[in-house]
Amino acid sequence: MSGFLNSSIGRKFTMALSALFLMLFILQHFAINILSVFSPDSFNEISHFMGTNPLVQFALQPVLLFGVIYHFVMGFILEIKNRNARTVKYYKNNGAANSTWMSRNMIWSGGFILVFLVIHFIDFWFPEINTKFIQGDMSGLLADGEGYRYYEELTHKFVPVWRVALYCIGFVFLSLHLLHGFNSAFQSVGANNKYIKGLKGFGKAYAILIPLGFIFIALFHHFNH
Amino acid sequence: MNLTLKIWRQQGPQDKGKMVDYKVSDISEHMSFLEMMDVLNEQLINKGEEPVAFDHDCREGICGMCSMYINGEAHGPDRGVTTCQLHMRMFKDGDTITIEPFRAKAFPVIKDLVVDRSSFDRIQHAGGFISVNTSGNTQDANAILIDKHDADTAMDAATCIGCGACVASCKNSSAMLFVGAKVSQYALLPQGQVEAVDRVKNMVAQMDLEGFGNCTNTGACEVECPKGISLENIARMNREFLSANIKG
Repeated sequence: MSGFLNSSIGRKFTMALSALFLMLFILQHFAINILSVFSPDSFNEISHFMGTNPLVQFALQPVLLFGVIYHFVMGFILEIKNRNARTVKYYKNNGAANSTWMSRNMIWSGGFILVFLVIHFIDFWFPEINTKFIQGDMSGLLADGEGYRYYEELTHKFVPVWRVALYCIGFVFLSLHLLHGFNSAFQSVGANNKYIKGLKGFGKAYAILIPLGFIFIALFHHFNH
Repeated sequence: MNLTLKIWRQQGPQDKGKMVDYKVSDISEHMSFLEMMDVLNEQLINKGEEPVAFDHDCREGICGMCSMYINGEAHGPDRGVTTCQLHMRMFKDGDTITIEPFRAKAFPVIKDLVVDRSSFDRIQHAGGFISVNTSGNTQDANAILIDKHDADTAMDAATCIGCGACVASCKNSSAMLFVGAKVSQYALLPQGQVEAVDRVKNMVAQMDLEGFGNCTNTGACEVECPKGISLENIARMNREFLSANIKG
């Protein structure tokens, strides 16, 4: 199997598997976040469950981290290999004549998403790890002990305009990445057949609606705080 | 029509090469692109200059030799054609046309617009065949029933002429459309089943060894392919490769 994983198709296949996993995660992330708009209590409850459940924290979270790191590292490795496959560039190249901008610039949209992820981790994930596993406060309660802290922390983060703008830009790049990445992942695992037409439409809808939903959440909390 | 040509000139594999401008006049819109190149070369020979080296053979879209990257596209701006089938009516009087060789590390330039595509031959040798007893005991092909859809799809894949436009157009110089087509044409037929596991593993291994890039599914290869080879062939190769590795 090491031969498979070191082959061009094997690497493509694992890139696609990590992408499919991450797309499922994004959907789950969105489903929880949108609750903050309609029901802060439900958002608090599920955030507390996800943040303290041992299965989520010690089984799913490491898998997610591995998926994220693998997708980025392998993306950069393949990009370097691909660039080396053409040492002399064309004097004139009309890429727009045969492919979309999104498909030709996955490394750039992916790179911006990586920058966004670092900021996102600094904003939410690192403080969360610090509170729970370094300070040892697993209660999930506010400092005054009156209710859960998750909704308050989320809405507080979206007060500064610069952060809301940064998140919106990050989601635009996520959308651009998904507009090619969704269907590309299915092609890479060999799923290109008569059902692909329907899948293409679904992929486009996913790539536009999910990031748009995240932008809506950020703007909603900014204007309602 | 009168045209300005910007053509890649390179004395040999070690030469650095450069773009050189030429003027050609009185070009008929009914000429093929290669006939226009013939006019230029005649002009150069009459002036005592070295003619532009370019590959060509059948001049009817079958041999896949005419590997030119014209105005930023493999085989030029028309669809479903090789360079020899590209007509000058696709251009306008006064146009400047850039002409370069196909670019890929696995397709080194031999001279001017001529590239070495023997990497494709080596991939074919690695598994793009079926072993048939031809000593007079060959079974009648019509005795083996084949689903019409499978036969048609295999034939579509087999129309690949190995011109390399897929590699030239791909931003990663990936050869997966070519290899996908060659794997598919046998994967869909009963005659190809016996060697299916070794075929896909060996062809992919040789493809990787030749230094082609990885497919990122931009679809440029499918658009520029003169024979309309579909991306479905790459998906089929991916399935075949996974299945071959599971079987061992």
